[in-house]
Amino acid sequence: MALVSQGGERHAAAVSGRRGPGRLSDRLWRHPTLFLALLLCLPLLWLGVVYLGSLAIFLAQSLFAIDDFSGLVTYEPTLATYRQLFSDANFDIILRTVAMAASVTLASIVIAFPVAYYAARYAKGAWKAVFYLGVMLPLWSSYLVKIYAWKLILAKEGILTWLFAKLHLLWLLDAWLSIPVIGGNSLSVSYTGTFLVFVYVWLPFMILPIQAALERVSGSLVEASADLGAHPRQTFRHVLLPLALPGIVAGSIFTFSLTLGDYIIPQIIGSSRLFIGQAVYAQQGTAGNIPLAAAFTLVPIVIMGVYLWAARRMGAFDAL
Amino acid sequence: MNAILFENVSRHFGSVRAVDGVDLAVAEGEFFAMLGPSGSGKTTCLRLVAGFEQPTSGHIEIFGETAEGVPPYRRNVNTVFQDYALFPHLSILDNVAYGLMVKGMGKTERRRAAEEALAMVALPGYGARKPGQLSGGQRQRVALARALVNRPRVLLLDEPLGALDLKLREQMQEELKSLQKTLGLTFIFVTHDQSEALSMADRVAVFHEGKVRQVGTPEEIYRRPKTRFVADFVGSSNVLSRAQCEHLGLDAPAASLRPESIVIGTPAAGQLGLVGVPVAASFLGPVNRLTLDCGGERIVASLAAGTPLPAAGEPVSLAFDRRDLHVMEDA
Amino acid sequence: MRSDRFDRAPLPLKISACLGLLFLHLPILLIFLYAFTTEEKSYRFPPPGLTLEWFAVTWNRPDVWAALTLSVKVASLATAIALVLGTLCAAAVSRSAFFGREAVSLLVILPIALPGIITGIALRSAFSMADIPFSFFTIVLGHATFCIVVVYNNAVARFRRLSGSLVEASMDLGADGFQTFRYVVLPNIATALLAGGMLAFALSFDEVIVTTFTAGQQSTLPIWMLEELIRPRQRPVTNVVAMVVVLVTLLPILAAYFLTRDGDQIAGAGK
Repeated sequence: MALVSQGGERHAAAVSGRRGPGRLSDRLWRHPTLFLALLLCLPLLWLGVVYLGSLAIFLAQSLFAIDDFSGLVTYEPTLATYRQLFSDANFDIILRTVAMAASVTLASIVIAFPVAYYAARYAKGAWKAVFYLGVMLPLWSSYLVKIYAWKLILAKEGILTWLFAKLHLLWLLDAWLSIPVIGGNSLSVSYTGTFLVFVYVWLPFMILPIQAALERVSGSLVEASADLGAHPRQTFRHVLLPLALPGIVAGSIFTFSLTLGDYIIPQIIGSSRLFIGQAVYAQQGTAGNIPLAAAFTLVPIVIMGVYLWAARRMGAFDAL
Repeated sequence: MNAILFENVSRHFGSVRAVDGVDLAVAEGEFFAMLGPSGSGKTTCLRLVAGFEQPTSGHIEIFGETAEGVPPYRRNVNTVFQDYALFPHLSILDNVAYGLMVKGMGKTERRRAAEEALAMVALPGYGARKPGQLSGGQRQRVALARALVNRPRVLLLDEPLGALDLKLREQMQEELKSLQKTLGLTFIFVTHDQSEALSMADRVAVFHEGKVRQVGTPEEIYRRPKTRFVADFVGSSNVLSRAQCEHLGLDAPAASLRPESIVIGTPAAGQLGLVGVPVAASFLGPVNRLTLDCGGERIVASLAAGTPLPAAGEPVSLAFDRRDLHVMEDA
Repeated sequence: MRSDRFDRAPLPLKISACLGLLFLHLPILLIFLYAFTTEEKSYRFPPPGLTLEWFAVTWNRPDVWAALTLSVKVASLATAIALVLGTLCAAAVSRSAFFGREAVSLLVILPIALPGIITGIALRSAFSMADIPFSFFTIVLGHATFCIVVVYNNAVARFRRLSGSLVEASMDLGADGFQTFRYVVLPNIATALLAGGMLAFALSFDEVIVTTFTAGQQSTLPIWMLEELIRPRQRPVTNVVAMVVVLVTLLPILAAYFLTRDGDQIAGAGK
């Protein structure tokens, strides 16, 4: 028992002083606010000043307008740019993009739900990992490579045409392509093609939140519903769907917002008619109309703000 | 010298007064228990001593030196945490040697000291394992060794036995008590278990709503609770109302009476008496517990086994000594 | 106890779940096939023949190597910056409740929540306003901005699991703030930081939208690919590059998954 000395006199002072880096540590310990400020100063400088600053300056430019003759920005506050935004041609772009975002979101929900539900409720052990990685890997794989893969698939000489030919269904493909609006010369220059690629690229963003929401639904709830006499369809409608809703809303925020802002997919696969992202790109680039580009970027931000607000009002997050 | 001294110490979290005007003095070499229900401020007091919290107002001394503004790592006190807080990434030996390592002690020297400390808590040869491979009781001993190896002047224990099952808890109570006696260290022990506090401590402070309601030896706390809260929380004293006190010829707001001080029968000379109607009886092994209704108030009497129990519903007279009735401060 | 009836998935559910997974993976597998095709001028399926010659051709292409080198450099520096800033933010947010804490976590997520084109143009117009010429560092600045969030998400999850009493125990045993960070905090968050760093690397390595606005004339690998996508000139080389990119991004994702699978999930917020 010699390990711990018996009396008080052999101990060091009850409170000890030290030099070196310990001094700085003492000072930070005594002033937690200073410590917090030190932790946050670099990130805040980067994100708060550089990033938010650039964003604010850029968006503020929508309050100016471009001079039609000189092509230069006149720095006087005006709503002219917003009037331009709602001109027929530009408003068409907005409507087209929103319609595409909405259909992509709906299709993603339909495809994602079974995958998420199976992964959350039935997949066990190794299968669980397979499903998780099966969603994570495509999510993280190169965005451009994924688009490229679809360029290969949708090409006129590509695998899809070959498949339809083998199944003697080419007439079906042709019939589909002859439908106005969604059709076109080939799949790779039609809205159908754009839609397919969007759904493919954003699908993992829908599966993961739905799966996360369904993981929290205990299996006994489904059993309780069945026990109380509900048909599987009724259980789905009255138990699963409401509980998965926060996940669906979270996922749709991703798919909706990502589709609204994308300009590369419709540029590579699709018709020549513009989407919001392409319009922004064209306005800031070749057209050199920064104010209109800024006004266009406000559209997805406002739409997403309204969407989030509505989802909250409808209680989509209550079940969280 | 006092090991720990609290002078009118308060710790407020926003509008919550976790500790509210506490005065305390813990003597050197004492086994001191802080007893109270959860949220009573006892753990916050311990954290004030350790340095994890700073007082909102008041003054704290550790062996005569001011503790305010002194970081935990500059205080020669060590803590055994409620969840043990063993470092999951370090082996048991490195856990125990941690305090010596950060003080700059050489590797061989600190390893030897850690081995000795592990032997002291009856875990020799466990050094290579990871905390996850140990049982709750073993982890508790490691936490103890890790604190003691630094030779603290005060050891703080935050509900250290709370996570153990009953049998292990009783065994550890005895071991802790004898360890404290051999080392002659000051132990401050936080618990919500009144029997644990009474059986182990030299002195007990009873906490309630951020205030210390009573400080005293276990016997004092048990026999002469000062307030209704202490009477209720420590054991199961009967609390007699002002009306009953006046009926017994006592001018007091309330008085406590231990159940085991009561016998059935007419009061002898120098004894006081009450009349009650038995409403329930339960058999507890060595004693029978009889609940009576005395003019609308509940009185519990512990009767030695073998005493014939009165029939329910028929009034019986109860007797007790005048000196077993203790006047309390408030009702 | 659950009955068997509820433990087995209904067949339609099983089929649609598997079809969903196949839909996600078949297109990527197709890339692998095309890397070996002998066809040069079109995307013909089935390939008329298989060959390995395009691997050699790609290997000897200096423009591909230059783009790859630039991408690796950018991703390395952006990851390093994101590791520092993301960890600092996570430490501050998980350490204490302070005024504006919600705002900080929102600020970290914003660069990835807003469409990349907004971040890209905003940075570009800020650069031009401040007369900053495009360079390696303008690309890194853009990438680090949206990489912070993946490091942050991983670190915050781990900090949450790191019981507060461990830090207190370390200080109680005499370790000052720096010693506590070195001996207790860092070893416990290391794998989360490694995972976050790998994801940040993958994210930066693959990023194209913000890069188009901050790169000027420089060409990262995704920019190189984008040009090939818009105006296909080197189809066989593009096929090979696409396959290599898939394989290269696969590794950090798998590594990050195995590093963090006990407990926290990989931060699922993508590009």
